[in-house]
Formats: sequence, C-alpha cells, structure tokens
Amino acid sequence: MGEKRPRSFYFLALFFIAYVLFLYGPMFAIYILSFQGPDGGLTFPMNGTSLVWFSKVFSGGGIVDIGAAFKRSLELGLVVMVLTVLLSVSAGMAFRKPFRGATVLFYVAIASLIMPSIITSLGIGLEFRLLDDFVNSLGVEGWTTGMGLFTSGLGAHLTWTLPFGLLIMFAIFNRFDGRLEEAARDLGATPWQTFRHVVLPIILPSVVGIGLFGFTLSWDELARSSQAIGSVNTLPLELQGLTTTVTKPDIYALGTLTSAVSFLVIFTALIVILVLQARQRRHGSDAGKGMV
Amino acid sequence: MMLVFSLFFLLPLLFVVIVSAWDYNEYEMVPAFSLRGYTDTFEGCIADLPEFCTILKTYLKTLELCVLTWVLTLVIGFTVAYFLAFHVRSKTWQIVLTLLCTIPFWTSNVIRMIAWIPLLGRNGLVNKGLQGMGLIHQPLEWLLFSEFSVVLALVHLFTFFMVVPIFNSMIRIDKRLIEAAYDAGATGWQTLVNIVIPLAKPGIVIGSIFVITIVMGDFVTVGVMGGQQIASAGKIIETRLNALQFPAAAANAVILLGITILIISSLTRIVDIRKEL
Repeated sequence: MGEKRPRSFYFLALFFIAYVLFLYGPMFAIYILSFQGPDGGLTFPMNGTSLVWFSKVFSGGGIVDIGAAFKRSLELGLVVMVLTVLLSVSAGMAFRKPFRGATVLFYVAIASLIMPSIITSLGIGLEFRLLDDFVNSLGVEGWTTGMGLFTSGLGAHLTWTLPFGLLIMFAIFNRFDGRLEEAARDLGATPWQTFRHVVLPIILPSVVGIGLFGFTLSWDELARSSQAIGSVNTLPLELQGLTTTVTKPDIYALGTLTSAVSFLVIFTALIVILVLQARQRRHGSDAGKGMV
Repeated sequence: MMLVFSLFFLLPLLFVVIVSAWDYNEYEMVPAFSLRGYTDTFEGCIADLPEFCTILKTYLKTLELCVLTWVLTLVIGFTVAYFLAFHVRSKTWQIVLTLLCTIPFWTSNVIRMIAWIPLLGRNGLVNKGLQGMGLIHQPLEWLLFSEFSVVLALVHLFTFFMVVPIFNSMIRIDKRLIEAAYDAGATGWQTLVNIVIPLAKPGIVIGSIFVITIVMGDFVTVGVMGGQQIASAGKIIETRLNALQFPAAAANAVILLGITILIISSLTRIVDIRKEL
C-alpha cells in the first residue's frame, strides 16, 4: 500500500469529487431552500428561516391532498416491497437448477426492465380498460373499474422492481457455496430446514437489499404509474403535477419530506445489513483457529 | 413470477400492438381494424417532402437528446467507474464510495429534477453568480426549460446506470494483466485503450442499453425540465393519451418499441448479457 499514487489518481479523485458534488449539490439546494422564510421565493438568497412551508404541506394549504397521497404511496411501497422480496427469493432459488422456461423468464425479466416505461404503462392501462369494457358487456351490477392502486398500480410497479430483485438474487447465488446445503442435507435436514437455517441466514443481508430496492423504486416510481394507477395519484405523480403550477417553496418542503422518507428507509436498511453481516462474522466458523 | 410478468407485462404489450391497429373517434376507441393510428401519426409527411414533418423532426430530436446523453453519461460513468475500480484500493472505501453514488438513485427523480430550478432559474444561483462576476448583464434564458437543462437532468439522473455495470466489469479485470502491460512498457493510455476498454466492454454495452432505452421513452424529464415545451417520442404518447386517442398512442408506442429493439439488438450483437451477470 505504501507505493506512491500516480498523478492520474489525483486527477480522477478530483473528477469523482466533482461528480459527487454534481449529484448532491442541487438536492441540498432544495433542502436548504425548503426552510425559506415566509416571504422567501423559489431561489436563493434565503429570506430568513422558518418552518412555514412544512406546516403548509401538512395543513394542505392550497395544494391537493398531499397527506392522502403520502399514505397511498407508503402503503403501495410496502406491499411492493414484500411481494418483491418473496417473488425474487423464490425465483432466485428456482433459477439455481435449470427448469423449463428458465431462459424465457430471464429474457422477459430483462425486457421488462429495459422497456420504455410509458409503453408498459400504456399497455397496463389499455388492459384494464378492455377488462372494464368486457365486464360491463357481461352486465355485472355495480362494476366501475378494475383499475386501482393495488391492481394495475401494483402490477406496474412489480414489472419495475422484480427484475432488480431477480438480478440481485443471481448475483448472490453466483457466489453461493452449494456445499453448505449438501452438508445440511447430509446431516438430515429437510429442504425447509436447510433453507430456513442455512440458506436464508447467509443471503439475508442481500434480501434486505432487495427489500430496499423494492420500496424505494416503488416510492419514487412515476412513469409506469402514470397511466396505470386509476383515479387516485401516488406522491410522485402529485409532485410532477405540482411542478407546473406551484410557485412557492412548499414544493421544496414536500421534496425534503419525501427525500427524508427515502433516506430513513435507506439508512435503516443499510444498518440492518451491517448488523446482519457483523453477526455472520461473529457466528462464523472457527475452524482452523486453533481453539479446542 | 412468470404470472406477474404475463399479466402486467406481456399481455399489456400484446394489447398495445392490437389496439394500435384499432379505429378511434373523439372520445373512445372502436375495436375495428384500421391503420388510422399510424396514418394520423405520419399525416402530411409525404406531402411535406423533402422537408421533414413534425413527427420525424420529433423522433430526430429524441435521438439527438439520446445521443448527447449517452455520450456524456458514458464519459462520466466510465471515468467514475475507473476511479472506483482501479484507484480506490481498500474494499471498505470502494463500498462506501459506491454507496455514495447509489443513494441518490434511491431518492425521487422528480425531486432531483426540481432541485435544478433554484440553480438554473432566471434568478438562480448560476445567473446571479455570473452577473455578480460581471460576465453577463442579462440573465441567461437557455439555462432552464431548454434542451440544455433536459440533457443536464438526464445526465444527472442516469449516469448511475452507466457506473454500475462498467464498475462491475472492471472489478473483474485481473490486475496482473495491467501490471503485465506496464512491464511490457505500455503507457497508461495504451493500457487503457488496449486492455481496460476491451475488457470493460460488456459493462459499457449494458450501461448503454439502460441509458438509451430510458431516454428514448422518457417523457417526465423532458416534460419537467423542458417546461413542457420540447417534444419527444415519449411526450407524443403522453399527449395522445391525454386526448384519449388510445390507438394513436399505441401506434406511437409500437414505433418507439421498434426503434428501441433495433438499437438494443444491434448492441447485444456485441455482447451476451446473460454471461456477464
């Protein structure tokens, strides 16, 4: 490690720092501006500091019902998170042995990931519209629409989060030592016991990571939701709508709040991952350490 | 999982293709075969020749934005990944710095776009700063709600998609290869061109696919950062949808899909995605 760093290191390090500033700078600008005084405008300089704009958001002063959208997004994000974890882990396990349709499923997942969002969104919107027409033509009483947060909206989000989950599972199992499972089987563990006591503890940190992806991707998802969410809006949709109409810093306050939720989730997940990894090291094998 | 993808991805795609060949009137779609969705889209194109009609201009504009963003994200992403992979030596620092780049990805895109407004606006920091230094006397109008701001925001949002796959490829390059190159007397530049870039190619291709498909279909960034004034392929679809012209929207989606598949398939010629995971 003692060798001298080449000149290019300092140049690249500067470049990296510039990139990080480019990433974070604008975000911090709006976090600061959301504490703008009551007479302040949309840009610097700060005109005193206050929490006026935050209370405006909470009281709903003038803007659409943010509280409800906030809650909807949160609920949807949690459901998406749970489903993403369950489906990704089981699919990841399945992919370890070749099965019929494995290649097809893989390419479909990749396609779903890179398909321009608006096309997926449009398709789901059309699908549910046609479903509505169909049900109405059957003459079902009281049917209004099948489109909604937890039908079409949930589906739209899953097409976005599941491929990420699947790719992470691939990355895990590429490095997974299959002999551990064999050892468990040889000791007489049932398949479920093997999974529960051997596989799951090892992959748990990454599973938390998948959950993190599931929630944050859904929480901020916009393009796929746009046509598929039905009559109610999620928080990012409301935010996008606000960008064209709002001229006061309350939009910054809202942005700060939304980011706060994201950061809270990110840091919780990261801490959980660190704790789990530390635990793995503590409980890890002591073979060859000379203790008898 | 297959069920979820069938219900919410494959089936919807199929409907897009079917509906794109339906007829429509002012307020609803009519399930009868018609190519109106397509003909309306290209309305006046032949008459206007050799001038490009609106729709072609829009697609060209989208491509232009796409190429600009691609070049910028590639250069920035490659440099950042190179720094992380070869110049950061301790594993812990590598993880910390990668996380530093990842965290913004987990926060809202819309907010990251709005965040540019106080900087680039007419009374924003950049204009104030330049005026303060006496470099300009009028605020620069082209900073916000222009192509410049659109590309800037796209680069800001999506460079991450370039960094991760390239970093992933680079980290697998055997360091001994590079040492061997130095020993054989190659300059830093020669090593970069002849060893690092060819071996990082899979990552470059995967990153490019991400960025290109996202930018081609994007309508949110173009909408917000372009002040709803700049047209793009995704924006056409959105406009058609707001007018409830579903078949026309679907027709545009099919066209966009075709172009995207064309780009991807030419890129995947270069690399097998599955092998690289």
